[in-house]
Amino acid sequence: MLRYTLKRALSLLVSLLVASLVIFFVVEVAPGDPAAYMLGVNAQEDTLAALRAELGLDQPKLVRYAAWVTGMLQGDFGTSYTYRTPVAQMVADRLWVSLPLAAYALALSTLIAFPAGIYAASRRGRAGDMAVMGATQLGVAVPNFWFAMMLVVIFAINLRWFSAGGFPGWEGGVLPALKALTLPAIALALPQAAILARVMRSALLDTLGEDFIRTARAKGLSPGQALRAHALRNALIPVLTILGLQFSFLLAGAIIIEQVFFLPGLGRLVFQAISARDLIVVESVVMLLVFAVIVVNFLVDLAYAAVDPRLRART
Amino acid sequence: MSLLSIRNLSLSIHGAPILSAVSLDVGAGEIVAITGESGSGKSMTALATMGLLPRGAQTNGTVTLDGTDLTQLSERKLCGLRGREVGMVFQEPMTALNPVQTIGRQVAETILIHRAMTPAKVEERAREMLDRVGLPADRFPLDRYPHELSGGQRQRVVIAMAIALRPKLLIADEPTTALDVTTQAQILALLKSLTADFGMGLLMITHDLAVVSDMADRIAVMQKGRIVEQGPTRQLFARMEHPYTRALFEASDHRVAMPPAPADARPLLQVKGVVRDYPLPKTQLFAPRQHHRAVDNVSLTLNTGDRVGLVGESGCGKSTLTRAILGLEEVQAGQITLDGEPVFTGHRPNLDTRRRIQVVFQDPFGSFNPRHRVGRLITEPFHLLDAPPKGTAREAAIAEALNAVGLTPNDAQRYIHEFSGGQRQRIAIARALIIRPELIVFDEAVSALDVRVRAQILDLIARISAEHGLAYLFISHDLSVVRRVTDRVFVMQAGRIVEDGPTERVFSAPEHPYTRSLIAAAPTLPDLTHLKEATP
Amino acid sequence: MTRGPSLTFWIGAVLSLSFVAAALLSFLWTPYDVEALEIANRLKTPSVAHPFGTDHFGRDILSMIMVGARTSIAVALVAVGIGMGLGVPLGLWAAARKGGLVDEVIMRGNDLVFAFPSLVIAILITAVFGASALNAIIAIGIFNIPVFARLTRGAALSLWQREFILAARVAGKGAARISAEHILPNILNLLIVQGTIQFSLGILAEAGLSYVGLGAQPPLPSWGRMLADAQTMVSFAPHLALIPGLAIVLMVLGLNLMGDGLRDWLDPRIRVARA
Repeated sequence: MLRYTLKRALSLLVSLLVASLVIFFVVEVAPGDPAAYMLGVNAQEDTLAALRAELGLDQPKLVRYAAWVTGMLQGDFGTSYTYRTPVAQMVADRLWVSLPLAAYALALSTLIAFPAGIYAASRRGRAGDMAVMGATQLGVAVPNFWFAMMLVVIFAINLRWFSAGGFPGWEGGVLPALKALTLPAIALALPQAAILARVMRSALLDTLGEDFIRTARAKGLSPGQALRAHALRNALIPVLTILGLQFSFLLAGAIIIEQVFFLPGLGRLVFQAISARDLIVVESVVMLLVFAVIVVNFLVDLAYAAVDPRLRART
Repeated sequence: MSLLSIRNLSLSIHGAPILSAVSLDVGAGEIVAITGESGSGKSMTALATMGLLPRGAQTNGTVTLDGTDLTQLSERKLCGLRGREVGMVFQEPMTALNPVQTIGRQVAETILIHRAMTPAKVEERAREMLDRVGLPADRFPLDRYPHELSGGQRQRVVIAMAIALRPKLLIADEPTTALDVTTQAQILALLKSLTADFGMGLLMITHDLAVVSDMADRIAVMQKGRIVEQGPTRQLFARMEHPYTRALFEASDHRVAMPPAPADARPLLQVKGVVRDYPLPKTQLFAPRQHHRAVDNVSLTLNTGDRVGLVGESGCGKSTLTRAILGLEEVQAGQITLDGEPVFTGHRPNLDTRRRIQVVFQDPFGSFNPRHRVGRLITEPFHLLDAPPKGTAREAAIAEALNAVGLTPNDAQRYIHEFSGGQRQRIAIARALIIRPELIVFDEAVSALDVRVRAQILDLIARISAEHGLAYLFISHDLSVVRRVTDRVFVMQAGRIVEDGPTERVFSAPEHPYTRSLIAAAPTLPDLTHLKEATP
Repeated sequence: MTRGPSLTFWIGAVLSLSFVAAALLSFLWTPYDVEALEIANRLKTPSVAHPFGTDHFGRDILSMIMVGARTSIAVALVAVGIGMGLGVPLGLWAAARKGGLVDEVIMRGNDLVFAFPSLVIAILITAVFGASALNAIIAIGIFNIPVFARLTRGAALSLWQREFILAARVAGKGAARISAEHILPNILNLLIVQGTIQFSLGILAEAGLSYVGLGAQPPLPSWGRMLADAQTMVSFAPHLALIPGLAIVLMVLGLNLMGDGLRDWLDPRIRVARA
């Protein structure tokens, strides 16, 4: 188990390293001079040079990459070109909207999808299965941001149960903040839950066809008991893979959904930064998102080993 | 009154008839075997008894266990019965256990699900059962996982689960078919002793007459969903009233008429000191990589026209050696040459020698690309020729190869799924023959076939080798088959050749202890002349 | 033995093909000019003259949906093409060199690309090169590469275990030839089904990217941008949001139904296994 964890951790580090290289050098090829952007068209050549030196732009690329990475490791993401404030501070505030939103949606999606998938698998071919499958077929086809708009029309504008957008912040208490994130989380979660429920169902049905389920039935387990005692844990392996992938979709989805609900999350920050060509902010946000995805997949790998003793033993 | 009594059981699945009017009895302490070829309905009889039929199954007739008609019971009642009154053991031990649960928990589950004991005693019973099936506590603690066990050990766990509550009836569906011959003998002995100790009835399903001939009290022979003949074992073998029973027996004991081997032989295939290592997954991060030596210093020679066997149990290295001889994989030491030409040169297979060696594989269903017609399938080896025949020459070659294996030239237009397993093996032989090789490797080529088809293919192999002056290397785990079609045999164990010699000598007077244990473990058919005299 | 595709397939095919037909038709004819602004006619609810109503500039929504279908389909189709064109050969190559360096590099590369959701790729590209529909194509296309590479590798690996591949090797055929002759034809069905699914995901992704301004730019109409424009007006003109949204849902639903129907039709084994 320790060996497996170490191996996964090593691959986590390599992934992060390569991802940071890719991001840094893609941003590097961007045309234009950040210093010129910051000072405007009429800037003097010597002020430009001074600013470049201040930002470290006159250093060789590799030195700047190293400075960027070591800075990030110490929590220093550099200084925003447009706001002239530390990027770390800007990002940290926004992260506390986007990350809880994605996690909230992931929890909702799992809570909906697992029972639905298990129910459909246990009712295979019957009316209950058909109903769940029909609903998920529709759910998979709905774009989450459009679904969010429809939720706003129904629950905020017509029923007035929720506000149509905005975020009160966590300082005012957890509940109001959660309430503000609820509609966005539902909008994110339902389409993902549809996918997850389908995966859960088909993984369960595959497992139910295995020999060891027949063995369990020969021991006297009812179909339901066999499903709970034997199929579920084995079916969890493919489901975990999808769950890991879903987190990255949810994170990306959260950034889009923020636009619908006017939430002050990473999405708003990054889109403002793009239009202002504040590349250092874009770079940091992208690195953070990729970091989150890679870490979540690392956790999924650990979860595999917890579920499957063969993995623990082999590596 | 007998323990299990099946009366006029008929079964259809989605309207297709599977069983018709099957009647069978199993008494307490009695071993009854159902035998027959694949598709005869023997497994379905077992599943019908368990009430575990697939969806869409319709049954008629009665299955009475200890006075209760199982066909009339609700699913809930059946669940209460399975595992408690009837236990079942399946064919494939590698997949019969839940891979993510410990063996202790899986054995205990049988007891827990029926609330037969207090939880405190459950573990004790699970331990006791594992001990009883030959998995002692010091080597097989309850927290072992299935993947840490071999096939035979897993089958013991399955048996422990089935007998944990001392059921009155145990059903074993091909319990040893997936196991090696020595393991098979141990599992059969275990089943026999359990039946005697617990006074259980044992209903055993097998395709192998030899397996049950010295074990079963009674045998039922099934064909196409019917029991064509049944009776006490000795009496059944002595009389064999139904022609199908005779056909099965004769095919199981089929003697191949071996044409004389050619006299003017010269060395063809030479394997000298071959070593083949496989890297193992690293166990420690910085330790040097460990290797598994699959083939260890093997040398052998085949002359032209030689008919040579290679026997050994799974994992002995015979498949690895085959791949090395075919030049599919490079060896770490030693040399393999055909007529003095190495099969592998400069890290690449030597195609000049390859065209003189061909191969026939085991799986008649997996050996062909399902998307190509037979004509294209059997001409694949033409790729090895510098100037492959075209047009009418190609047609003629296809026709000749198909004729040689007892098919017709028209079959070239058909797809592989239109053929039966035996016909596919014929096509595989046609594919091997088409470029007129000097050596054909038969890699478990008849292992997946029913006995009657197997007998035909063995005859075909003997005839073709004589007609074409072919040498062959016949690789199999089945000693009785190797004995019938080879002149010389090599016995392989753990990567080494432990014994070789003329086939008859090796089988009648084995020298190496391993060969002796293999031969002792192999089930044999009763001697008919002896039986007939002894039975009134 | 011969068995046609199921009803599911036909429903899906009719749904998605009608959008394709509408997109093709839009090259020749649309009810109104999508660039003609008629402020007098703004925010009209559906009527005979404008079956789907008009937007805040008085443009005909039906016409915009037709032209928008063009963008969605083009982006998603090219992205699937990129994914298949690069992913399938990579997957075949990795499978042929299983356990080797090539396999390792391809698979690790796949893992890396998977760590970049297409939105993140689009953010990066847009930040560097500016927004355009091409960004959406590249972003979604890159994301599709590992999807097809993994699928192909997995399916090819199980085929490499089969004896007919061993037979082809005995016949002296090399890995490239075996991949083309034996592996690819046997995984084609799988690729077609996955292609349909990725096509539908591409439609969804394109809509999302255009919605946040990372995809198609004005004046090119696209469903996602129509939704973005509609957002501030949902309270008084909900049809502006409803209609493009339904277009996306129906198109994606159609493609998914078609994919499911294709899978059941082309690969009866899957059906048998689940029956």
